[in-house]
Amino acid sequence: MVENRPWLDFFCHVILIAGIVVVAFPVYVAFVASTHGPNDFMSGLLPLLPGNNMLDSYGQMLGSGVSTSGVPPLALEMTNSLIMALMIAIGKIAISILSAYAIVYFRFPLRTLAFWTIFITLMLPVEVRIYPTFKVVADLGLLNSYWGLSIPLIASATATFLFRQFFLTVPDELLEAARVDGAGPLKFFWDMLLPLSRTNMAALFVILFIYGWNQYLWPLLVTTDERYYTVVMGIKRMADVADAIPQWNVVMATVMLAMLPPVAVVILMQRLFVKGLVETEK
Amino acid sequence: MQTKRTIFSQRVLPYFLLLPQLTITAVFFLWPAGQAAWQSFLREDAFGLKTTFVGLANYQRIFGDPSYLNSLGVTAVFSVSVTVVSIGVALILALAVDRMVRTAQVYTTFLVWPYAVAPAVAGVMWWFIFNPTIGILPYLLRGLGYDWNHSLNKTDAMILVVLAASWKQISYNFLFFVAGLQAIPSSLKEAAAIDGAGPLKRFWTIVFPLLSPTTFFLLVVNIVYALFDTFPVIHATTSGGPSQATNILVFKVYNDGFIGQNFGSSSAQSVVLMIVVIALTMVQFRWIERKVQY
Repeated sequence: MVENRPWLDFFCHVILIAGIVVVAFPVYVAFVASTHGPNDFMSGLLPLLPGNNMLDSYGQMLGSGVSTSGVPPLALEMTNSLIMALMIAIGKIAISILSAYAIVYFRFPLRTLAFWTIFITLMLPVEVRIYPTFKVVADLGLLNSYWGLSIPLIASATATFLFRQFFLTVPDELLEAARVDGAGPLKFFWDMLLPLSRTNMAALFVILFIYGWNQYLWPLLVTTDERYYTVVMGIKRMADVADAIPQWNVVMATVMLAMLPPVAVVILMQRLFVKGLVETEK
Repeated sequence: MQTKRTIFSQRVLPYFLLLPQLTITAVFFLWPAGQAAWQSFLREDAFGLKTTFVGLANYQRIFGDPSYLNSLGVTAVFSVSVTVVSIGVALILALAVDRMVRTAQVYTTFLVWPYAVAPAVAGVMWWFIFNPTIGILPYLLRGLGYDWNHSLNKTDAMILVVLAASWKQISYNFLFFVAGLQAIPSSLKEAAAIDGAGPLKRFWTIVFPLLSPTTFFLLVVNIVYALFDTFPVIHATTSGGPSQATNILVFKVYNDGFIGQNFGSSSAQSVVLMIVVIALTMVQFRWIERKVQY
């Protein structure tokens, strides 16, 4: 702090508290709605305090889903989301660290071309090439499978860059010492680089887990079988049940459950999260 | 390109290490992107029996199409609003947190978690709050004499999607601004304070100029976010309506290609978007280079 200005400090506190309230408001409303019974919405205005139907709403969604609108139990949807998020996060880290290792520690023909090919993936978000990508996945027979959900999203330029930057900071003496002791490239990678990269991998994992869990358009396209629905895309299917007013209490229960795992990851691993976020964008 | 002084001499191993990444890139990125580019020069007849090469006709057609031009305008309004709102709010909050000594960490924790909320989920929550029959905000607005209805009123719909899209992005910008503010040496601010500059003067003459690289970086990132990552917000709430008032470009590509099955036009739109995103990435990359070299 530069100087003592009590009024300015007070003003800053007010701004921050107002900011937190505004940011938390939609989630609070969603939570309140999820704790009321379906009939409490008929009155025309939502109450602002939690009701007493919480266990029923969540129990119904987790256990049985809404069979009339083709929504499977949320326990299944959340398991699917978890599998997809883990496959994407672990897959991205694995293939990126291997390619970064190849690019930094070897010199071979076409190295620059390989680097730029990977870089291009950064530029082509799935939204702009949606139909041809879908067609490739369909032709490979990967629709309605965990592979189809995760593999097309697994290539990652940002993770490759992060590991490349990190490898460039590893002292050359380490490699020289390892070679004097007779370590080959795979041994050096496994016994020295991997342990050194642990923090980076953890930070990246937090970011990529959130990325994977929050996928929306892609699961919406490649899954038509209820057994593979993920929870984030499932919300949409529930919210526009064509023939009736959406059942807001169960929709909002789904909303709460859909955001719980990634938000918990951010709050519990805040330091890793900040590190991962700031470094992947460098 | 940078490499190590000492390297391994194996010739074949690096190709095996690169194989998984390159295979996936080729199959799921390069090939589909090439397909989109190729299809943008073709046109199918009404029954899908025959495709003919039509050159740039698809491009001419989309740029003469009023609904595409409308979508361009909508996208411009949408992305500028999202960028301004989310960067502005985040900067104010970051400046306030920067003054805090003991409570900064607590405030930060309470402000960063929306990053983890999926855009689709954020959209549904705001959709619910603004629901004309049972939502809270329309109720309050009616008290003020305004009749909110985002399924009929174009401006209301735009405000809804801008709020939902910005809400989630504030935490991201906030973290980068906090990091940027911490990197400004406090000796500069103290020297200015001794010379009699008040907080506002210090902000405009010292903090803001030194923060400009961060701001510029966030401008690019937020525009990319608003252009591409907001698809779920639109899809889960307004679906582009009412009367195309929130039909942003990515949503139109999806709608024309996947729902409308008009592949020629949709592919041409994809290619236009790819060019935009490549240009933005290049701008961003130049910024990174500059930052690394000092």
